[in-house]
Order: sequence, then C-alpha cells, then structure tokens
Amino acid sequence: MATEEVLLEVNNLKKYFPIKGGVFGRVVGNVKAVDGVSFYVNKAETLGLVGESGCGKTTTGKVVLRLEEATEGEILFEGRNILELGREEMRSLRREMQIIFQDPYSSLNPRMTVGNIIGEALEIHGLAKGKAKEKKVKELLETVGLTAHHMRRYPHEFSGGQRQRIGVARALAVDPKLIVCDEPVSALDVSIQAQVINLMEDLQKEFNLTYLFIAHDLGVVKHISDRIAVMYLGKIVELADKKALFKRPIHPYTQALLSAIPIPDPAIQREKIILKGDVPSPINPPSGCRFHTRCPYVMDICKTEEPEFVDWGDKHFAACHLEEGAPERDVL
Amino acid sequence: MSQINSTEITKSPRGSVGIERSFSKRAWNRFKKNKLALFGLGVILLLIILALCAPIISPYNPFITVRNEFGLANTSQPPSSNHLLGTDNLGRDVLSRMIFAGRISLSVGLVSVSIACSIGVVLGALAGYFGKWVDSLIMRVTDVVICFPVLFLVITVSTMLKPNIFNVMAIIGLVYWTRVARMVRGEILRVRELDFIQASRALGASDFRIIGRHVIPNIMAPLLVQATLLTAQAILIEASLSFLGVGVQQPTPSWGNMLNAATSITVLGFRPWIWIPPGLAILITVLSINFIGDGLRDALDPKLEE
Repeated sequence: MATEEVLLEVNNLKKYFPIKGGVFGRVVGNVKAVDGVSFYVNKAETLGLVGESGCGKTTTGKVVLRLEEATEGEILFEGRNILELGREEMRSLRREMQIIFQDPYSSLNPRMTVGNIIGEALEIHGLAKGKAKEKKVKELLETVGLTAHHMRRYPHEFSGGQRQRIGVARALAVDPKLIVCDEPVSALDVSIQAQVINLMEDLQKEFNLTYLFIAHDLGVVKHISDRIAVMYLGKIVELADKKALFKRPIHPYTQALLSAIPIPDPAIQREKIILKGDVPSPINPPSGCRFHTRCPYVMDICKTEEPEFVDWGDKHFAACHLEEGAPERDVL
Repeated sequence: MSQINSTEITKSPRGSVGIERSFSKRAWNRFKKNKLALFGLGVILLLIILALCAPIISPYNPFITVRNEFGLANTSQPPSSNHLLGTDNLGRDVLSRMIFAGRISLSVGLVSVSIACSIGVVLGALAGYFGKWVDSLIMRVTDVVICFPVLFLVITVSTMLKPNIFNVMAIIGLVYWTRVARMVRGEILRVRELDFIQASRALGASDFRIIGRHVIPNIMAPLLVQATLLTAQAILIEASLSFLGVGVQQPTPSWGNMLNAATSITVLGFRPWIWIPPGLAILITVLSINFIGDGLRDALDPKLEE
C-alpha cells in the first residue's frame, strides 16, 4: 500500500513549445504547456492528474519520462535529478519508469508480433535472450490476462482492450517502479474500461507499482487514485488526498470540475456549476490567477497577483486568494 | 485477477474474421484482385526469366554478324523462319539482340533504383528523424539536385565520363535519390509522432534501433511503390540516352540503341522489324512496371482494408 516515502518529486517544472514565425524562423512566442508545476508521488501510490483537454497533463507526463525535454525545473526520481543525467545513465534509468498510452491503436507497432513488441523491452536492457525471453514474454502475457499463444499474433488481430493489455505487458517487462498512465482507458468502451482499471489495480498490488495516472474522467480517477492533482492551463491548482479533495474542494475550479461528474441516479438533484467562457490560450495566459477570467468568486487581487500554491493543512495544497477557499456548495 | 477478462479473450479474432495472419499475406490478396497489376507482374517475371536465360534462349550470338553460305553478311533481312524478327543493317539477329537488351534495361532499372534508394532512404531518414539543422542541410541539398534538368545533366555527365552502362546506372541513381529522400522524410515525420515510437524511446531504445526496427518497416509500403515507379523511369532514361548515343554503346545491345537505327529514313520506312520490337518492348516494360506500382499502392494501403 501507499507509503510516505517519496518516489518522484517534480519542482517548478516548465515546458514551453516555441512558436516560430517569419522568414528566418524567429521565435515569436511560446505555448506554455506546463508552466511551473510542482508535485510529488509516494512509493506504491497512485497520483491522479486531472484537467480539461489542453491543460498540459499529457505534456507533464512526457516531460517526467524525458520524452520531451523540460524547459526548466527539476525532476527528482529517488532523489536523483533526472534532467541532469547523461544519455547512458538515462537509458538505464528508463527501466525504472514506463508509460502506457491512451490510444491502443497507435501505441503498438503494426509490423511486429506481440512477442517481439514485449520482447523488445527485454532485449534493449539485456534482461533475457532466446528461450528465456520467450518464457518471460509468455509469463507477462498471462500476467495481463492474455494467453501465451497470443505472442505470435499481430496487433491488428486484437480488440482495443486486449491491445491495451499488451501495452501494459510491455511496460511491465522491464520491472519498472513508476508507470505514467496517459489516459489509459479513455479510448475504451466503458465495460472494457473497468476490466483494464481492475487489472491495473491488481498489478499495482502485485508488483508494488507507483502510478502517475493522467485522465480527464473524474469517475475513473476517483476510483483508482490515492491523491489527486487538478491542473488548469499549465498549472496545478489543487493537490490533495482523494477523500479530502472530494469532501472539501478549495479551488473554485476543482469545485466546478467535481460538480460535472455525472451521478447515475435521476432522483438526486444537485447544483451544477457551469463555467463561463472558454479556456484561455496557453500562449498568452491571463495575468494573476489564471482562472480569474472564469472564476465565479473573482476579486481584484486575482487579476494582478498570482496566488501561491500552499498547504492548507493536512497536505491539502491549493493556489487561491480566497480566504476560506471556495464557499461550500452541495456539488456532489 | 485473471478472471476479469474471460469474456474479452474469447472474442479474439479466430476463424470467423479469417485467419489471414500477416500483413504481407493480406496485401497479396488485395494485389491479386487488380488484373492489370497481375498482368504487369507476369510480363516482368517473363522478362526476368528471358534475361537470366538469355545465352540459352537466344537463337544467335547478338554481337556477331550472321553470314550466309557465301560468307556474305545477311544484312537487313525481313523476318523469316531463320530470323523470327529479321536481321539489322549489320546482319545481326534482332530477336537475339532484343533478348540480350532486356538484360541491360532490367539491370539498369534495378541497379540505378537500388542506388537511388540507398542514398535516399539514409538521407531521408536522417533528415526526418533528427530534424533541425540536419533536416535543413539535407533538404537544401535535395532541392539543389532537384533543380537540375535530369536528361540534360545525365547527357552532360555521361559524355564527360565514358558513356557505358555502369556510368549510366550511377548517374541515374545519383539524380533520382532526391525523390526517395523527400518521400522517406515526409513519411518519417508522420511515423515519428506515433505512440509506439515514443514507447520504444521510453524503453531506452537507441535511435538506430528505432529507425531500423520501427520507422523503416512502417514506411516500406510507400517506399516500395516509389521504387517501382522509379524503375520504370530509369529504364526510360537509359533508353533515351542510348537512343541519343550517349548511353549503352554498340555492339552491346540495348532497346534504346536499337531504336537508334530508326534515325535512318530507309530503316524507318522500309525495315520496321528493326525498330518496332525494341520500341514495343520499352512500352510494355514501362507500362507493366507502372501497373505493378499502382497495384502495390492499393495493396499496401491499410486504409483499403476490406
């Protein structure tokens, strides 16, 4: 179960994508996809990362694995800053951290058999060869609920849920400590979603895995996470224990987000917070608090000064100028 | 934990969906449906067999003048039972020369396209995969090479060097790699962003491995189509050069230099057996290769999956 030992710590992480324009490809601006994000993940826990489309969740995940190079900041994995690691050091560290992708169709090479896809992980790190490799691949397939004879097949012969299992098996092959799950179930049918989520939970217990679980589906995140971080426009606005967050959301954005979770019971009446307007552009984010353009409780200070991301007690972090946080409303 | 998925597994495509296993098998099934492409494939296979067995099949030595019983050259004989396609103005058997010329044309096509593809794939892959200044540099060089008018360049270079078949192959290859490079670069830009490439990178695969095992196999389809169509072009270029006298030199036969005989009014007007066969051979070969290219394009496009 989750411990208090920190596995991954991210400090003030920034990722800007330059926009080039003009004849000479001058940098005319930046898309501030991730703009000063800090969080930590404890060993064997699941941190859910939620937010609207385009808020920088996926980019955060990719930067953590150095699939994208960070613009600024610090990523500490077991206390080592991985942004300072050289090529070879990083290569061996990749065994420790893996990723599961959203799209089960583009995440498997269509020209390789399942056995080769999973076996490649073992080959790269010289973990197993020949017969031993084959045996390990079979074991992995069985671990994720497929069968050994599937290894000679090609990805197109599988359903979306099965493909996602193959993706999980590939990530597990190198015995990682951390797995970044980039919306692993968003592309699946609801019934299959539950199966894959259950599988992931079982694997977490079995192999003592730590998940950074990126999703926009709050229902899924609520189910699987221990703690939840809410992202808005490249920043984390609130980070707390799951129960605390659902019980008492401090940031008005979190409140609005939670109020949008559908309840499968037509008899229950509750207040829904509908936000005005669209998410502002990450090229030119609003001054002060980024949420001030849509916040129902906006004050003058919000427009000029950026609220600090501080502990509101019991490791419930939030960035808001409101003295008491968002007024309690019956949103759940 | 293993019970949760039993329903899903039984749905795995077996039997009902068809046991077509590999990609190549399904591609071949689609290719078979295109009759023109099959025809083209048949013609090319026939030509390859003829070329390989040329010394056995051809009735006469293509380099030597055939003499009659009086020791005189049998020049410009119309087709007969002795010479199925007649003889040319030096008394050589046209059919034998046609068969041997097929060797030249096919090997020019294959070799020059191999040269073009080797250069093009390597440079295109480097440009597409690494991007930034590598990309700019390679693509500017490509642009410059594309600017040269091909035929003019080839004629100039082959007159400066010795005009022989090897130079012709090399020159064609060195001009046509640009098309391969551009196509490969574009495809790599597309494939590079796919998740399975990111997954390999996350696993710590080297760039070399990613390009070789993941990127190249996934761009084989358009590459194959491009290579096929380029082969037809290369054969045409060789024919044009040889026709103009700067390609394959006499007495080595090539369809192009056989056509050269038609520059004489007498041959053009009164001895059609000398120039019609090589002309037709070029036409049919190029057409067949293009049919194969079209067939491949459809067969290898996964979007046309039935």
